Amino acid sequence: MTGNPLSIFSSASDAAARVTRLAWVMIVLSAIIFVGVVVTMLLAVRRNRRNGTAVDLTERGNGWLIWGGTVMPGIVLVALFIVSLGAMSKYSTATPPAVTIHITGHQWWWQVDYTDAAGMRAVRTANEIHIPVNKPVRVILTTSDVIHSFWVPQLQGKLDLIPGDTNDLRLEAKRPGTFAGACAEFCGPQHAHMMLSVVAESDSAFGAWIAAQSTDGIQSADSTIAAGRQLFVTTECAQCHTVRGAVARADSAPDLTHVGSRLTLAAGTLPNSLGAIEGWIANPQALKPGAKMPTLRAYTGPELRALAAYLESLK
Amino acid sequence: MRRRVFVAALVAIAGCSRAEARAVPGGDVDRGKAVIVASGCGACHDIDGIEGARGKVGPPLDGVAERSVIGGVLPNTVDNMIRWIEDAPSISPHTAMPNLGLSSAQARDVVAYLYSRP
Repeated sequence: MTGNPLSIFSSASDAAARVTRLAWVMIVLSAIIFVGVVVTMLLAVRRNRRNGTAVDLTERGNGWLIWGGTVMPGIVLVALFIVSLGAMSKYSTATPPAVTIHITGHQWWWQVDYTDAAGMRAVRTANEIHIPVNKPVRVILTTSDVIHSFWVPQLQGKLDLIPGDTNDLRLEAKRPGTFAGACAEFCGPQHAHMMLSVVAESDSAFGAWIAAQSTDGIQSADSTIAAGRQLFVTTECAQCHTVRGAVARADSAPDLTHVGSRLTLAAGTLPNSLGAIEGWIANPQALKPGAKMPTLRAYTGPELRALAAYLESLK
Repeated sequence: MRRRVFVAALVAIAGCSRAEARAVPGGDVDRGKAVIVASGCGACHDIDGIEGARGKVGPPLDGVAERSVIGGVLPNTVDNMIRWIEDAPSISPHTAMPNLGLSSAQARDVVAYLYSRP
């Protein structure tokens, strides 16, 4: 069960541990009720067969119906409701968050903005958040289009991203690691390719990551990379994407300033690599049909290689 | 003795039906699979047996051992396929296939995987 990164049974936070406990309560309780129902049913079948006549329900009164069909389920449901209140309990806001992250859902990717102490945007990235371990992190959720749901099962329960509204979540990882997240509200054909990674790391590693992410895109002297950069800013790429430091400032698609440093491409569709970047640029519709990025059929082989080399260099 | 010959004949016949699957000396199929996943080959190529490898940029790679020419330029031998995977642009300057920075040994493992697929 620990092998699946989206498992609710390998929690890495107190909040997720409450969900795990609730899941076990419900599984065990359901199993007991299931066995009870099946045993009762089998007993009824056997009894009926022995007598050779149908059971006359009226002769026994309505005891089974009232107690087994109404009172007992009522008790069980009320008990479950009370137990689940614990898992739903509001997180403590007593300690101010160490980090505040704004996440905006898009079909089908996550825009991520870190704000500094003054509330100004410090870093923009996509599909990957880094958090310091053992520190409360505030996540403010909204969406640019349809309803999505932010779900990192090892760290927290689900919370929806609602159009025109914001939702507020706390994350606090108890151990370092990379945790998988997914959109948990069906949001269109590529809902399943709307994943994100949460990297929980030490204060120093987190600080280094934020510092690196807040710099502009790297300028390289390599001629292939320079050719790729030129293509990026002069052709279609820059009409949707930003690379800070290059003349590309559109923001309808993921910010690519440090795309080479990310773990995955296209919101978890592919593990990140030079080859994956080129394949994605050349034909995204084959890999994630319906994604907003078009298959352009506009670049020669060497141009595709140059674009991929440029983006891969943006560590 | 007779039974042993029979078994050997069976093995040979079984081998015949997969004559396309060529052995690659020194190449490891499992390691090759891991290199293919990590290198993102599947973003451009449809590759049998690799999860999510349904790219439509380059050709599909099932039955690649049967093809006679690599990238439209090289005879399809094990050594040529290794060269192609290591650095395709040095062989075919207009190709879209990038130099992925793989070592010769990694390229050999990749070829072992690709040639093992019918």
